[in-house]
Order: sequence, then C-alpha cells, then structure tokens
Amino acid sequence: MDPLDIARWQFGITTVYHFLLVPLTLGLGPVVGLFHTLYVRSGDERWLRLTKFWGKLYLVNFALGVATGIVQEFQFGMAWSDYSRFVGDVFGAPLAMEGLLAFFVESTFLGLWIFGWNRLPKRLHLATLWAAVIGSWISAFFIIAANSWMQHPVGVDLVDGRPVLVDIWAVLTNNTALAAYSHTLLGAVSVAGAFLLGIAWYHLWRRRHDGIDTVDATGRVQPGSAPGIPGRDAADHSVWLRSLRIGAVVAIIGFGGVAVTGDLQAKLMFDQQPMKMAAAEAACETGSGFSVIAIGDLSSPDCSNVITLIQVPGVLGFLAKGDVNATVQGVSDLIPQYQQKYGTDVDYVPLMPVTYWGFRLMIGFGAIAAFASVVALWLTRKGTVPRSPWIMRLALFGILAPFGANAAGWVFTEMGRQPFVVAPNPNPSGVDGVYMFTAAAVSPGVTAGELLFSVITLTLVYAVLLVVEVAILVRYVRAGIPGAMPELVAPPDDPDDPTKRDVLAFAY
Amino acid sequence: MEILPTVWFIALAVLWTGFLLLEGFDFGVGMHLLVRARSEDERRVMLNTIGPVWDGNEVWLLVAGAGTFAAFPFWYASLFSTLYVPLVLVLLGLIFRAVAIEYRGKGASARWRRAWDWAIGLGSFLAAFGLGAGLALTTTGLPIDANGDRVGGPFVWLTPVAVLGGLAVVGFSLVHAATFLALKTDGPVRERAGRDVVRMAPIALLPLVGWVLVVQVNTGEPYTWALVVLAAVAAVGGWLAARRRLEGRAFLGFAAFLLLGAASIFAAVYPVVLPSTIDHAYDLTISNAASGDYTLGVMTVITGVALPFVLAYQAWSYWVFRKRLAAHHLPAAHEPAPAVRP
Repeated sequence: MDPLDIARWQFGITTVYHFLLVPLTLGLGPVVGLFHTLYVRSGDERWLRLTKFWGKLYLVNFALGVATGIVQEFQFGMAWSDYSRFVGDVFGAPLAMEGLLAFFVESTFLGLWIFGWNRLPKRLHLATLWAAVIGSWISAFFIIAANSWMQHPVGVDLVDGRPVLVDIWAVLTNNTALAAYSHTLLGAVSVAGAFLLGIAWYHLWRRRHDGIDTVDATGRVQPGSAPGIPGRDAADHSVWLRSLRIGAVVAIIGFGGVAVTGDLQAKLMFDQQPMKMAAAEAACETGSGFSVIAIGDLSSPDCSNVITLIQVPGVLGFLAKGDVNATVQGVSDLIPQYQQKYGTDVDYVPLMPVTYWGFRLMIGFGAIAAFASVVALWLTRKGTVPRSPWIMRLALFGILAPFGANAAGWVFTEMGRQPFVVAPNPNPSGVDGVYMFTAAAVSPGVTAGELLFSVITLTLVYAVLLVVEVAILVRYVRAGIPGAMPELVAPPDDPDDPTKRDVLAFAY
Repeated sequence: MEILPTVWFIALAVLWTGFLLLEGFDFGVGMHLLVRARSEDERRVMLNTIGPVWDGNEVWLLVAGAGTFAAFPFWYASLFSTLYVPLVLVLLGLIFRAVAIEYRGKGASARWRRAWDWAIGLGSFLAAFGLGAGLALTTTGLPIDANGDRVGGPFVWLTPVAVLGGLAVVGFSLVHAATFLALKTDGPVRERAGRDVVRMAPIALLPLVGWVLVVQVNTGEPYTWALVVLAAVAAVGGWLAARRRLEGRAFLGFAAFLLLGAASIFAAVYPVVLPSTIDHAYDLTISNAASGDYTLGVMTVITGVALPFVLAYQAWSYWVFRKRLAAHHLPAAHEPAPAVRP
C-alpha cells in the first residue's frame, strides 16, 4: 500500500473523529455558561440544575476531545514531515498561539471550575467557566486560521520555493478564516441546540410516560411530581422544558447563521478554489444552473459520465456571485487552466462523488435539523411533548443530524482541496506560487507498515472509546438531574461540616 | 550568535522543562496510583491531588510541541517523523490517561475502576517513557539524512540512550510524584509517599543522572559541568530533606535537580537541536532548522506577553487547591440511576 493513502486515511479518520467532539464542546460551553450566569444572577435553583446536568455532559465530552486533539498536533510532524518543513514558517505559529493564548486558559480554568464549587466565591467561580469557554472559542480560531491558510495562503513571500511569513495579521484576518470561523462556530452552536432539544425531549416524554405530567382538556401541561423518583419534582419539568426551548432556539440561530456564513464562504471559495466548488456541483460545463441531483459511474468518477437529472437554472450563478445570470466555470474549463499553471501530469479534479455528496449531505442534514427545531417548538407550545415514543426517538436521533452536517462539511472542504494540501489561489488575494501537492507532503522516511500500525491502532482505540463515551453519556442522560447532583438523591450527611466542604465539593 | 533562534532555543528549553516538571508528578501519580495505593480511598486521594491541574499541565507538552513546530520546523519534522512508533505509543498513553481520569469515577464497580486504573498507570508510564526516550535521542542523535529523514527501519531509534532517557523520565516522575503526594495528602498516603521518596530516589534518579552525564561527556563545557554539580547538590539536598520529612524542601530539592539537570543538558547541546549520527554535516542546528526572524519575532512577543499570565493563573490554581487531601475529604462515590418509574 502507498504510505500516502494510509497517511491520508489516518488524517481523515482522526480529524473527523476529533471534530465529532469539538463542536459539542464549543457549542455546549456557552450554553452551560449562560445557565450558570442565570443561576448566579437569580439564585433560582432550577438554573443550578441545568448548569450541573449539562455541565456534566460537557465535561465527559471535553475529556475525549482533549485526548484526541493531541494526535492532531503530533501527526503533522510524524506523518507529514515534508509538509511541516514546507509550511513551518507560517503554520506552526498559529498552533503555538493556540496553546499559549487559548488552550492554557481553557484547561486551567476548566479545572478550577470543576473543582471550584463551594471553594471559590460564586462570581469568581462563574468567571472561571467563562474563561474556559472563551478559551475554547479562541482556540478554535487559531486552528481555523491555520487551516484557512492551507485553503487560501496569504501573508507570505515565496523565498527559495518556500513560503516565509511576512504578515501575521494577514494570516489571522484572512477572509477565508473569518468566514470559516463563523461558519464552524455556528455549526457547533447548532450541534449543541439539537443536543439539548433531543435529550430534553426524552425527559419530558419520560415524565409523561411515567404518569408524572398530564395534560388538561386544552392540551396544556399539568406538571406533577413523583416522590419515589429522586429529582422528579415539579421543578424538574420546568428544567427540561427550558432546556428544550433554549435548545430549539439555539439550534435555529445556529442553522440560520450557518446558512448565511456558508453562503459567504461559498462566494469566497468560487473565487479562491474554483475547482472545489465546481466539483461540489459536479458542474462539468461552465454555466449557472444548480444541480439538485446528478448520477454518474462511481467506479470512474469524472466528467465523462456525470448525468445531471435535475438542474435549477440561475441558482449556481446566484450562489457564486449573487447574480442569476453569472456563469460559473465548470470542471472541463478549469482543468486546462490548472494544467497550464501547475503542470500537466496531475489529476486536478477532486473525487467528485465525495465533494458532490459531501456538500449536499452537509446542507441536507443542516436543513433537516433546522426544520425539526421549528416543528419541535410548535409541538411543545403547550408545555410538554406528545406521548408518542416514535417522535421521542426521532428527537433523540435528530441529535446526530448536525454532527453529520459538520463531518460532511469538513470532508467536503478537505477532499475538495485535493490534489493540493496547500491550495494555490492567486485570485483574488492569495500569494501566487504558494501551493503544495498532498503527494509531496507525506513523511519520506516513514514506512507503510508504521502508518498501518498507527491507523489501525488509533481507529480501534477511537472506536472503543466512542462506545464508552456514548455509554457514559447515555447513563447520565437517563439518570437526569440527580446523576449530576448527588445531593438530590441523598443529602450530605454533614452538610455543615466545614472541614469537608472546604477542601473538595467534587472529586474524581 | 543568532539572537532570535537562541532566544527560541532557550524558550523551548523552558517549555520542555516546564512540561517535565509539571507533568512529571502527574505521570508519577498515575503510576503510584496503580502500584502503590492500597485501597479505593487511597487511589481516589492520589488521583484528586492532580485532578484540578493535570489538564493545564498537559498543555505544557502541547505548547512545547507546537512551539518546536513554529520556531524550528525542521527539527519538529525530523524528530517527530523519525520517532514515529514511540510517539504513537505516547499518544495512546496520553489518550488513555486523559479519558481514564474523567471516566474512572463514572462507574462504581471494582472492575470498571480497576480497568481505568490500568489505563491511568500504564498510560502515564508509556507517555513518560516515550517522551523521555525522544528527548534523550534529540540530545544524542538520530540517523537522519541531508533532508532530515530517517535512514533505517521503524525501530532504528531503539538504542541504549532511548532506554536510558525513557527510564530517566519514568524514574524522575516516580520520585517527584512521591514528594508531591507527601506534600499534598494526609494520612497513610502521605506516610508511604514520604518513605517512598527516601527509598526510591537513590535508584530511580540514576537514569536521569546517566543521561545528563552522557550529554556532558559528549559536548559538555566547564559551565555546564558546574550546572551538573549544582543539580547533584540539589538532589542530595532533596533526599536529606525527605529523610527528615521536610516535605516542602524535599519537593523543591528534586524540582531544582530537574531544572538544573535539564539546563545542563540544553546548555551542553546548544546550538545543535538534533545531531545526525550519519554525518555531522546533516546536524540540525538553531541556524538551519529555525523559522525566519519575522516568525520568531512574532512568537517572541506573543510568548513574552502570554507566559507570565500563564504562570500567574496556573500558580493561582495551585493556591486555590493548596490544602492537603485525605480520604475523609472525598465526597462519596455516586452511582447514577435511571430516573424512571420502576
């Protein structure tokens, strides 16, 4: 096997996996921060319950995100040493800044938040959470800035065939980075929204199923309580209803924002990486029609066998340039241009089935989840959910949709950049001549055997940990609030013992 | 002398040493938890001494790695690709350790907890050993060609020096963690850790001394030898303090031993960051492996501004959790039960 292919699979697997965890961390963080803030401001115990419950799930997820993030930083040097040498002058800086300016803050203050209950003054304790959340958002910015430089290299001079950084500000304010960052964060927000919505739906359903909540003749909810089940009191109902509504609103905001920023990103991409967008559309010929469905021979996916079944005229031109009459260059017209600039012996068309369907899955999953959020708000307008177990299962299943959209989006944008690892785009503002083929980026000294060893081991370990992670999440979800607040089950035997409370209110 | 590459050589020495100093006791506590704790309470006491801080400490490794990438990309590329296999093991160790710390308390059965104890202990061992081996090898050399790529098979790095470096970090971590536990806990864990320091240090610190001496014999100079002497004094001082159960002084003594020992190594190898064992013409040095002055300048400003804050808030987090831990401080373990009508 070719080491290049194995190294690419490894990067793909580890990155997509890492990015299942990251958006939940990025999206859930501010939501937990909001709950905690409302608790500190109002003293309303229901906000405390929300903080503790969602905070618990946030932390379970955070751990695996951190663990898999280390792999990302190491594998540039391990598997892609020639890439690291080529881009080192530019690419390492944002990674190091991420650590120094963001990840230190995130990790240190999250530790303070986890163990700081009752130990730190309330407001200071709240501030530690916000420091960690803001740290995670800044962290994402530097990573996106580094990735965006690979899509649209700016801020460098070409010296002896190697990019040398001359303007860090240009790298950090790269228009590609700003668009991608907002798009990514809003995508993360929508993940958190669907997560809240699905899990809260389950609990409201459970309460009805267990006969705790009933509805009156008008369908309005009558919250009850079940003294036999810890935590299932009347406040519990309002906790879940708040979660559900906030989740739906957060998801709708997220999806709305994703559409706007996605459009912004696409317009930049039509300029900067025309081949990627043409491949996303399977647009072989120059034109302005948007392909809704196309089929082709997957065994030899190229322009000779793409058949567009449904096409909407003008939409592609509008997406690319805001003008229905604008034409967008097709793959067949772009190939000669790339060949003239970067050599004739390379296939410049990304794997079209992957880009085409990746793009559509991203938008499709996003749209489904957005629609579902609106429907959810309507269905729960009278204060609880329908008794149907199938709608409940659908709501839980819907948690996966925005995850799918995120993963599909990354697969699309990274695969669409091929065969380049650093994409050339002299127009409109990139630096001409700065590009690198993926085939030239892999570590020359590393054998296929080593890469196989790591890709197999990491994939197996990741698979096992995903099972464990989901099992733990499910356990805490089913337990409801008391899972994260043991004091609701059994009040501490000596709540006033200062020696005990003063040292640790929480322990592993 | 090239100023900015030298500044970054020093900065990376600080970052890598900071990582060894802080993660040293995290790794060590992980190993003590597996082999020295005698009950569930003791394991929890040990784990919670590093609970609030281990993740922040691990960032020192990430920043040291990313800083190496940013400041000396050719060093980063050659070292990390040459050490492919050991770094995979390090990554697996770090992954298992990180999730185990979080997951361990999420189940109550003895089997569940024991399984994650192994993940914490072995993960800490693998990470400490692999990173120690890698750091030792970058001070003594690897078979790299003119492009900086490895010549030879996947295990060409597996030399006596690699084992020495691995044992050096494992051994130091064990001693360092014992002094840390003696300082941070109360009760039986404190007692045992205090005895462990005295008994373990004379043997467990030998590999680190060995690594220091190998480097000094290769490329030492009078002032780096002076650092070695100071390091030895600090170690002996730490050991004597440990014998008299002066826990704070023992901790400072062994910490100073690490700082001085690491300083003697970095000072002795300067300006070479990765020697080639094939031909010294292929050596990576601060001149031929560094990023341009603009990049180094930007990174110097960022680090100069950020690092004092990092030190300040990390120090504050240690201050917040300064109290000694004992079994009676631990909230009872909690088993989440489904909230359903039976």
